[in-house]
Amino acid sequence: MIVLSKTLLEIKNLTTSFRIGEEYYAAVDDVSLELKENEVLAIVGESGSGKSATAFSIMGLHNRAKIEGEITFKGRDIANLPPSKINKIRGKEMSMIFQDPLTALNPLMEIGRQIGEVLLLHNSEMSKAKRREYSIELLDRVGIPRPDRVVDQFPHELSGGMRQRVVIAIAIANKPELLIADEPTTALDVTIQAQILDLIRELKDDLNSGVILITHDLGVVAEMADRVAVMYAGQIVELADVESLFVNPQHPYTKSLLSSVPATEYAQDRLHVIQGIVPSLQNLPREGCRFRSRIPWMDESVHEEDPKLHEISPGHHVRCTCYQHFYFPEESKEEQTNGVT
Amino acid sequence: MALLKVDDLKIHFPIRGGILNRKIDDVRAVDGVSFEVKQGETYGLVGESGSGKTTTGKAIMGLNNITSGDIYFEGTHLNAKKGKKVDVRRDVQMIFQDPYSSLNPRKRVLDIIAEPFRNYEKMTKKEEMFKVQELLEKVGLSSDSVYKYPHEFSGGQRQRIGVARAIALKPKLIIADEPVSALDVSVQAQVLNFLQDIQKDLNLTILFIAHDLGVIKHMCNRIGIMYRGRFVEEGLRDDIFNDPQHIYTKRLVAAIPDVDPRRREEHQSFRAQVKEEYEQSFNDYFDENGLAHSLKPVTDTHKVALPERG
Repeated sequence: MIVLSKTLLEIKNLTTSFRIGEEYYAAVDDVSLELKENEVLAIVGESGSGKSATAFSIMGLHNRAKIEGEITFKGRDIANLPPSKINKIRGKEMSMIFQDPLTALNPLMEIGRQIGEVLLLHNSEMSKAKRREYSIELLDRVGIPRPDRVVDQFPHELSGGMRQRVVIAIAIANKPELLIADEPTTALDVTIQAQILDLIRELKDDLNSGVILITHDLGVVAEMADRVAVMYAGQIVELADVESLFVNPQHPYTKSLLSSVPATEYAQDRLHVIQGIVPSLQNLPREGCRFRSRIPWMDESVHEEDPKLHEISPGHHVRCTCYQHFYFPEESKEEQTNGVT
Repeated sequence: MALLKVDDLKIHFPIRGGILNRKIDDVRAVDGVSFEVKQGETYGLVGESGSGKTTTGKAIMGLNNITSGDIYFEGTHLNAKKGKKVDVRRDVQMIFQDPYSSLNPRKRVLDIIAEPFRNYEKMTKKEEMFKVQELLEKVGLSSDSVYKYPHEFSGGQRQRIGVARAIALKPKLIIADEPVSALDVSVQAQVLNFLQDIQKDLNLTILFIAHDLGVIKHMCNRIGIMYRGRFVEEGLRDDIFNDPQHIYTKRLVAAIPDVDPRRREEHQSFRAQVKEEYEQSFNDYFDENGLAHSLKPVTDTHKVALPERG
């Protein structure tokens, strides 16, 4: 299914740290990823797992964070570029779809002007009439009915689904090669969600762009992704193609997440609850397996001292050795199951 | 006898305009809704945003003015006479969507959970403290949390503080309005499990309002689907999910993401097919104003808003 294509983005040993008090704490800790053209890579995890911090690092949207490692986009390192340089790329060659369409749009500006703004920033020769014409074309492209009217409306006059389409129209205005979608459908109803996902898929094929999809919704991942990275406490704990991840999940965290989604074949009548809470940035255990404290019934000896990502089959990486012995507390050790099949 | 009976409920909000600010039109948020909730069951109210599900829930709580229709709780007519409202707030409690904004950030947990006691029961400080600690233990929080403030808790813990407040007066009915949609999946699992436990413990009836069909399927015995202020379908969980009859329900069920990536293409083409059917047959299922017809029974448990035949 996946055709060999060019690498668009390569992240190597990315560490993004935030300063709290006198010290820096890594919210993204040694993350390496790769994205090809026309590929959808999903990053999954709970709030606080570092998935959005990773995306913001790529887009250069962090203020005052310490970013280490390499982010190579189309052959050039874009980590820590000064604003004047990143501004030329951002919004043009790569762009982002934000979660909440109401806060992502300026409430005091007509839709047409907000789209026109990104067009003007990256192409100062475009005339006002031309920009308006192209804005209408874009609105039409993202499936907004009567775009010639909507172009003069304000965000509050549109429904949530329509606003999200406007946000997408702005993101694709300059035909980006890299599109980062941060929880693009979390605020939307299911039928609208299905439409927005279809739209992102279509646009990706049209522009041949790579998409990074950040979400905590495993259903959305199963529908959209080619490959999936599961993040926990700033690290990637499992990286695999979408089929392997859902059919043959390995890391205890991935398995736990899958069994906590209600009304799926992974779930029991009683949903699985991951014990404890996601540790805060300052209290992250930096040594040993970070998921250790969430699975206290497992023997300490199953963890690696310095957990690494192991490639257990081509393209399928799992962190730490604890996955080999993992079982849920409600099932006995003898009847361990591996995945759903 | 049903614990809660809603009969032909209508809630219209006026749209005012013109120079004299006269009423020029209505928003028909709820437009003729009837259903019954039985003692001990979990009834799911589903619909997209704007379908009127929250408005219905609030009306039962007495938080909205009712345009017409009747609400009965344990046989008592709740909106019988103007100015003389029967107060059932003691027996009907609400759990809100957002655990971050539904707890007063300046109050201690003690004050938050004790508020219902202070409103309805006379208690000494000592009794109050004892009761609050008992409730905290019931919702799985340590009893020394009483002097903490909401910001010291995680989202799931906060939602449980909200639940502790809701069950303080031993209500008979809980209206849970999107209680888990602001939470991560694993925390969501925790709160859902916990709601089921507490329901068994206290023999509670829950009116569960949500837009997430996965959560609804997991939690509810019976389900009502709302569209633009009306019911389009009502039935047992199996009726709705395995045998949806109304085109709107079919489309909603088809839109649920499938967690098996191997069935992705199959699922997508099925969804496209349902969407096409939806567009073609929209006029058969809805009247000239785009509203649903009235419900007609298909089986003993299953009602669908189908047009009159012939």
